[in-house]
Amino acid sequence: MDDGKSTLIGRLLYDTKNILADQMEAIERASKTRNAGEIDLALLTDGLRSEREQGITIDVAYKYFQTPNRKFISIDAPGHIQYTRNMVTGASNADLAIILVDARHGVVEQTRRHSLIASMLGIPHVIVAVNKMDLVGNSEDAFLEIAKSYKELAEKLSIKDLTIIPVSALNGDNIVDRSESMSWYTGETLLSVLENVNVLKDQNQEDGRFAVQYVIRPQTEELHDYRGYAGRVQSGTFKKGDAIKVLPSERESKIAKIEFGGNEIQEASVLQSVTILLEDDIDISRGDTIVTVDNSPIVSQDIEALVCWMDDKKTLKPGNKYVLQHGTARSRCSIRDIEYQIDINSYEKLDEVEALKLNDVARIVLRTAQPIAYDPYQKNRANGAAILIDETSNVTVGACMIE
Amino acid sequence: MSISVNEASDIQREISERSAPDYLDQLEAEAIYIMREVAGQFERPALLFSGGKDSITLVHLAKKAFAPGKIPFPLVHVDTGHNFIEAIEYRDELAEKINAKLIVRYVEDTIKAKGLKEQTGKNASRNWLQTFTLLDTIEEFEFDACIGGARRDEEKARAKERIFSFRDEFGQWDPKRQRPELWNLFNGRIQKGENVRVFPISNWTELDVWAYLKREGIALPSIYFAHERELILRDGKLLNNTPVIEPDPEDQIVTRQVRFRTVGDMTCTAAVESSAATLDEVIAEITISRISERGETRIDDQQTEAAMEDRKKGGYF
Repeated sequence: MDDGKSTLIGRLLYDTKNILADQMEAIERASKTRNAGEIDLALLTDGLRSEREQGITIDVAYKYFQTPNRKFISIDAPGHIQYTRNMVTGASNADLAIILVDARHGVVEQTRRHSLIASMLGIPHVIVAVNKMDLVGNSEDAFLEIAKSYKELAEKLSIKDLTIIPVSALNGDNIVDRSESMSWYTGETLLSVLENVNVLKDQNQEDGRFAVQYVIRPQTEELHDYRGYAGRVQSGTFKKGDAIKVLPSERESKIAKIEFGGNEIQEASVLQSVTILLEDDIDISRGDTIVTVDNSPIVSQDIEALVCWMDDKKTLKPGNKYVLQHGTARSRCSIRDIEYQIDINSYEKLDEVEALKLNDVARIVLRTAQPIAYDPYQKNRANGAAILIDETSNVTVGACMIE
Repeated sequence: MSISVNEASDIQREISERSAPDYLDQLEAEAIYIMREVAGQFERPALLFSGGKDSITLVHLAKKAFAPGKIPFPLVHVDTGHNFIEAIEYRDELAEKINAKLIVRYVEDTIKAKGLKEQTGKNASRNWLQTFTLLDTIEEFEFDACIGGARRDEEKARAKERIFSFRDEFGQWDPKRQRPELWNLFNGRIQKGENVRVFPISNWTELDVWAYLKREGIALPSIYFAHERELILRDGKLLNNTPVIEPDPEDQIVTRQVRFRTVGDMTCTAAVESSAATLDEVIAEITISRISERGETRIDDQQTEAAMEDRKKGGYF
């Protein structure tokens, strides 16, 4: 279905002057060989030969653009149901989602599906762009009707911040510039929302979590006893002197020093890649998590999670074994139960499901070989996410949001 | 469907009380995280280093990631024999300065050993042949991961590639069978003989790289800055006047003040006319440039609409 997604991204880039002359020429050239009509801005993001041939987005494409106020990474993900796993992939790192609704058709199955994914993946901000307004005579009534039915839909989901905007990606209405043909609309343009949304506030600043990636041991003469734990602060803050606990071993110590690039820093906050040195010489290796002592995650071998199944060859069934990767930890795990499947179009819960196929979403119960130190995904995205890996093919087959 | 928002430098209006990291800090932290994942997940990784600005940035990031320790993997260069001398000198000096292990393998040797046929005629290049040498080098040292400086903003096939990009035992990229890459959970599990190409600066733009080089005070090979040079003017592009480029009757030899915006093989990298002699001046020029980096300087990408995609499917990095 062509809902104009790639055209919208193309329009955003074009109107913010982020398309360069040679790229524009390439698009013009390619447009001419495909259709006699206008320049096809979608050709900007459809990067693979097969995508250009079929005129659809198959895989996630990343585009980079900036305005005087902000830098953006746009992730263009395919909308068709057969590419749900690609959409989940794109959504997993997003701070904000734009969901396109065709003004002629209103809220449809695809809208429901995209919204569920945005909500399930915990994307903090959602913009619903009611597109192709020009094809419904730029009617305010048509827009309000769609906005109303979308809000009803959103009530069933957990969308923290919702904005609904009438746009025409083709004509550039309310994308970067205000629409003259929809003077009744007094809200923000799409770009204005993008520029002003506060994404730092969305980071979890409370739970101190640090997954150890690598142990730095120079073993030189002057650094003979140096042991630094390299990792990225997943959430919260760590300071010199903080009492910490190592999980799953539960050993406690204090932070002796925090370093960045070999230089001492006083504190490390969320998303910073640093090296932590402890006062005590305790056994820590990759896969361990350092947490602040007064705020612990759950440590358990029994996990319940929403899973989006991504393998197109094999199904997920109770009894199957996989490798669970959570943070830097990997553990074998076994599927205990499929509690229920969620119909991603109707949101209906389906009981007594025996196996999950590609793109199915379900709540599952699994047991890991080693304890995992996790937080619920909706509270802490970084420490509540996990992937399932097929032990024989090594392919990533499942996206887990731990509940 | 979605737009991910990266913070720009003007974050004064942020509500957060803590001083917010700017976008270069965020990109740097992400790249360091990726480097450490490589060191943590693989047994024999390598960093592909050419002496160009992107791989220079990688080396700097690797130094920061593992300080005060040494970079825990060798630097590897596939030398086509068509490289700029300035880049080669820089490569050797840097490796020595940081006490890194440098492995160089030559396309010339592969051509001789395997009896490979070189392209001939106008715009002949060893760009494709270096894939053979790269794959042989990976096999020779049993590398299971190769870190490269490719960026998604460079080119449309690269815009589609994962940060951990799985390659089969023939080094091939299959864009239709890419592993889903979720959150920052990188899956580097492979069978023996397979490898993963890792791109820590995937999310950096050309301008980000320049801004970072400036902020960190990183020195670059001199060809990145304006200098006078004798060049071949061919089809509107300025190529270095060197015997490795096969002459064409239409060629004109000219002397111009130029700099190189990218540094690849002399056969397929064009210079831009410029008087920018400092990092600030280069950044100012790129900021107002209306032509993309590869569009302006790379002859190899422009042969077909899917030139890069096809090369990657064949094992190119």
